Amino acid sequence: MKTKQIILTAASMMLLGLVSCKTNSEGGGSGSKPGAAVDMVAEGEPVVAEVTGAPHVPKPIGDRGPKKLIVNLVTTEIEGIIADSIPYTFWTFNNTVPGSFIRIREGDEVTLNLKNDATSILPHNIDLHAVTGPGGGAEASTAAPGKEASFTFKAINPGLFVYHCAAPPVPQHIGNGMYGLILVEPAGGLKPVDREYYIMQGDFYTKASKIKPGLLEFDNDKAVAEHPDYVLFNGKKGSMLGANMLEAKVGETVRLFVGNGGPNLTSSFHVIGEIFDNVYIEGGSAVSHNIQTTMIPAGGATIVEFKCDVPGEYVLVDHSLSRAFNKGAIGKLKVTGDANEKVFKHVKK
Amino acid sequence: MKKLNQFLVLAMTVLLFSCDKQQDSSQELVSKEESKTVQPISTEVKMITIPGGMYRPFYTSDSDIVKVEPFEIDERQVTNAEYLAFVKANPQWQKSRVKNTIYSDSTYLRDWPSDLELPPNADPEAPVTFVSWFAAKAFAESVGKRLPTLDEWEFIAMADQEVANAREKKSYSDDIIDLYVQKDRQFKKVKQSPPNYWGVYNMFDLVWEWTDDFNSILTTGDSRAGQYDDKGLFCAAGGATSASDLLNYAAFMRFSMRTTIKANYTISNLGFRCAKDAPTQ
Repeated sequence: MKTKQIILTAASMMLLGLVSCKTNSEGGGSGSKPGAAVDMVAEGEPVVAEVTGAPHVPKPIGDRGPKKLIVNLVTTEIEGIIADSIPYTFWTFNNTVPGSFIRIREGDEVTLNLKNDATSILPHNIDLHAVTGPGGGAEASTAAPGKEASFTFKAINPGLFVYHCAAPPVPQHIGNGMYGLILVEPAGGLKPVDREYYIMQGDFYTKASKIKPGLLEFDNDKAVAEHPDYVLFNGKKGSMLGANMLEAKVGETVRLFVGNGGPNLTSSFHVIGEIFDNVYIEGGSAVSHNIQTTMIPAGGATIVEFKCDVPGEYVLVDHSLSRAFNKGAIGKLKVTGDANEKVFKHVKK
Repeated sequence: MKKLNQFLVLAMTVLLFSCDKQQDSSQELVSKEESKTVQPISTEVKMITIPGGMYRPFYTSDSDIVKVEPFEIDERQVTNAEYLAFVKANPQWQKSRVKNTIYSDSTYLRDWPSDLELPPNADPEAPVTFVSWFAAKAFAESVGKRLPTLDEWEFIAMADQEVANAREKKSYSDDIIDLYVQKDRQFKKVKQSPPNYWGVYNMFDLVWEWTDDFNSILTTGDSRAGQYDDKGLFCAAGGATSASDLLNYAAFMRFSMRTTIKANYTISNLGFRCAKDAPTQ
């Protein structure tokens, strides 16, 4: 009797296993069973992960197994152009806003080395929303100017996650540009597409420096009032306009990894003239279809995919439109190729 | 059972003993180095008498008022020139002897070309930087002083140019932040900006400063933790959830810095000034 029960339980477990496997493969990149990545074995010697500045992303993980990776980030405080040749004091990961895009897979074991540049005035750290552990690594990675701190983590949840500095005062560190994205691909990787781009929105609160004429600096009062002067994609007005437009060809599939650093505003992300075929809701595993505008919380992200059917310039906006047309949250995707009159035709009279 | 008890008692005794021993020997090591070998030097810095008073630390609630006893404080930071005089009289604190020891990390006096040479571009009257807490303490001893306590430093830091406690003024934190975010301030001479209410210079505009008990504040590098802990001076720990004035961004920055550093750290924008107890009347 007892033996029978055990066999029965074992059989039903196996059945469950099979069923859940099937669900996974049907989900198309929704990842393994929740929690399964904890027990995945990361093979080989640690290698330094490729990281990229926006709008570029590193190579897809493809069908590789879990690995040991090293991610090196440097925190800096630098002057850069925020808009129309106006300089602003940005605080960054790897000298860019947003910081470098990190691309790993579930089950990977990551050593994160955070070096705070010797010329920094303040301590910095990193809280990765992809990390399961206290503060997302913030305390473990806190580094004084000129110092380095490290921690390791295992990526156990697939998805697109924000990372940011969490040193006090946090809104100022984020408001100065200290955020980026880390993509944890599910086992087997995301479905291949023709183009992938990295976009991150942020709200900027500025005032004129009393000490350096012409320089803009963070304005604490405006931040507390949540009243930004600029709302920007990739830390600069016009980062995806003119010569910097994103590009694709008719017939190609495009995937945008879109994050929102905040520190305060929620983004209503929209591409004028396109409908998102797929939206990975809030950057997680649930995929919705046929979406016009998708919400991206501050400290959140989303993956959108669409096919380019008709040539033209497609405008990327935060559809809270004063931000787009008055504060800078605007970019363009230029689609080139043959007209597709079945889908769109300008009737001239 | 009896045997087990005996064993436990024995084990505890051994543990206690070994703890004591360790502490003794490390204290010995530090005190030997500090007291037996520091040669006195004299400097010409004016000291300001601060009458002391009641003060509410940043990371506490209103009920945790601290009394600061009267003390004297250097009107400005220790300069490059003064530190050079110190290492001339105290070879054991020269760059080649201190770098990469328990008293300092690898960047002690980083830009000094040699043991007795200031960096080529350094202003002798700019604050000395790239000095560890151990080094700052030894310097203070050599001039017959000590490092200020965190409470003493913060007590003086409440003042702006007009009043002893400007915390409630909006401009107070704002003005400090304007200074804090400027780079390369540490290369400027001391005493080039106006003194505060007490007559003390450069509290905010040149460098971060070591205090004697810099690491006694229980906030973590992660300012949002808001955890409570039972070690150190104050009962409240954490950041945003326990700080008394949430809009005092300048204080957040200072505390963020202090909780990140260790006694052997040497940093490009971290210096110090000295203090001593006020003479008892």
